[in-house]
Amino acid sequence: MSDNVIEVENLTKRYDGTAVVNGISFSVARGEIFGLLGPNGAGKTTTILMLLGLSDISEGRARVLGRDPAREPLQVKRRVGYLPDQVGFYDNLTAAENLRYTARLMGVERGEREEKIRAALGHVGLTDVTDKRVAIFSRGMRQRLGLAEILMKEAEIAILDEPTSGLDPQATVELLNIIRELKHQGVTVLLSSHLLERVQSVCDRVALFNQGNIALIGTVPELGRQVLGGGFRVEVEAEGQGLAERLAAVPGVQQVEPMGQGRWRLSSDHDVRPEAAAAVVGAAGRLLRLSVEEPSLEAIYTSYFKTHEGERHAA
Amino acid sequence: MQREGSALHGFGVVTLKEIADHFSSILVVVLVVLVTATAIVVVSMGITPIKESTAEDPFLFLRLFTRSSPLPLVALLSFLVPLIAIGLGFDSVNGEHNRRTLSRILSQPIYRDALLFGKFAGGLFTLTVTLIVLWLLVIGLGLLGLGVPPNAEEMARALVLLVVTIAYAGFWFALALLFSIVFRSAATAALVSLGIWLFVTILWPLFSPVLANAVTSAGDILGVLDTQQAFARLSPAVLFNEVVAVVLDPSVRSTQQSLLAGMGLALIERGAIPGAPISLLQSVLIVWPQIVGLVAGSILLFVIGYIVFQRQAVRA
Repeated sequence: MSDNVIEVENLTKRYDGTAVVNGISFSVARGEIFGLLGPNGAGKTTTILMLLGLSDISEGRARVLGRDPAREPLQVKRRVGYLPDQVGFYDNLTAAENLRYTARLMGVERGEREEKIRAALGHVGLTDVTDKRVAIFSRGMRQRLGLAEILMKEAEIAILDEPTSGLDPQATVELLNIIRELKHQGVTVLLSSHLLERVQSVCDRVALFNQGNIALIGTVPELGRQVLGGGFRVEVEAEGQGLAERLAAVPGVQQVEPMGQGRWRLSSDHDVRPEAAAAVVGAAGRLLRLSVEEPSLEAIYTSYFKTHEGERHAA
Repeated sequence: MQREGSALHGFGVVTLKEIADHFSSILVVVLVVLVTATAIVVVSMGITPIKESTAEDPFLFLRLFTRSSPLPLVALLSFLVPLIAIGLGFDSVNGEHNRRTLSRILSQPIYRDALLFGKFAGGLFTLTVTLIVLWLLVIGLGLLGLGVPPNAEEMARALVLLVVTIAYAGFWFALALLFSIVFRSAATAALVSLGIWLFVTILWPLFSPVLANAVTSAGDILGVLDTQQAFARLSPAVLFNEVVAVVLDPSVRSTQQSLLAGMGLALIERGAIPGAPISLLQSVLIVWPQIVGLVAGSILLFVIGYIVFQRQAVRA
């Protein structure tokens, strides 16, 4: 068996006959950050709940750490941490008291409990508010407290549902840093989001959800190639004769678009900056600027669903 | 499909948390103080008239519960205990939903069973403690006010009352818990519970005889009475009052005795001396069906709640 910690095959969830999740398959390797992306109501949360054994599976198969979440939910939940969408805590209790309650539910030994709580709160930067009631916590602090809970659990997989939604940019950056740190500690992260650009920076691979189906799956550059054709846009600013033709001849360049006096935009399937530079210099031109625009998930997403929206209407 | 692990893993943790929550909840504290204070006032006011009949009454102590003024303590209990129970239960499960803590808690290695059992046990424990305190206060007041210690028989009967009151409270707690599962809004759950409480404790005893008379075809008084009772017993408050009337008064031999007396009739049993006390066991046997009914009702409500909760979607 490969080192996949999550394996999903043909997973389906029906509510009253309508499929909310419709036969999806994907796998997540140990130690990677995998993103489930898509609009609200696309079936991301339902998928997550099935992986945790919190929702019945209508059809198909799911394996989390080699176990069936429907049959052995306790084994799965013991080793998987979950941060729900807009996580809630008991407002009348302090941060430490909230963690103490879940620590007991997890079965953390009494002797280790306080140390683990302290360490986890320290890790997410909540040491100062350990004994403050959660009622005064901001959205970002609650999310971090939720991550502290996962750290305390020493989970092998962290499942985060919309971890950054509703956070200000500063809090988002902090949260994404904690998520990256989780990865460094060897934790596999499965996160869902509808905010594409934020998530793009942390995800190793993503699956794009659309109406209960996985439309696309892969790394962001891969998807870029698949959907946008040439995933890379290279901008060249140079002075010289016949540069447009020279640039068009560079292997990998699909299109050269003039952007004005001495400026071109190249569409390509990979980063062609070195070749473009060589082409300009080879034509005795003066290279003034060279920049690359990586494929954005946003662009991939919009472009993909625009074409498929069209198909749906046509059908 | 066999589940792995114990369904009760985490049960104790949830129970302790619930108890701690209840005793630090302002609503619950206010309700408990209110009911306890009312009970103390009612009992203290009743002590003086009871004192006057000290000499002739062999069950003086039990009169504390049944002859306090302006209304008997047990009547007060049958009316107010449900209020505490509803106060404890109405936001039990929907509160977790609304605070968005439910999915987080259920993602810990426990089954839903543990959460629900823990909530029920925690609530029942809180009610039990409250009722024991109330009971001890009444006994203490009685000792101070009457100056006569209760005999063993009286203590035994008072204990039965305590147990039955706990079962009665359990019924209302199970009802409130059920509505907290069914209704996502705590306000709806509270209002529906209170509505049912008002209906079965006040309105049903008034309406049920009319309904019974409309459907009965029995010619004799006892037949009509049986039908009326059968209808009235749909209300747990009626069951509770019947139990209390028999258990706290050794001279009562039938739950129909007071109804008949109200019509100027007396129940004459062959070979029995009217008004002579019967043993506690006999009293309990007379109302055993009512006691079982209350317990069974609580279990039924809890089971319905359990099934609904197991099938419910976790997501908010």
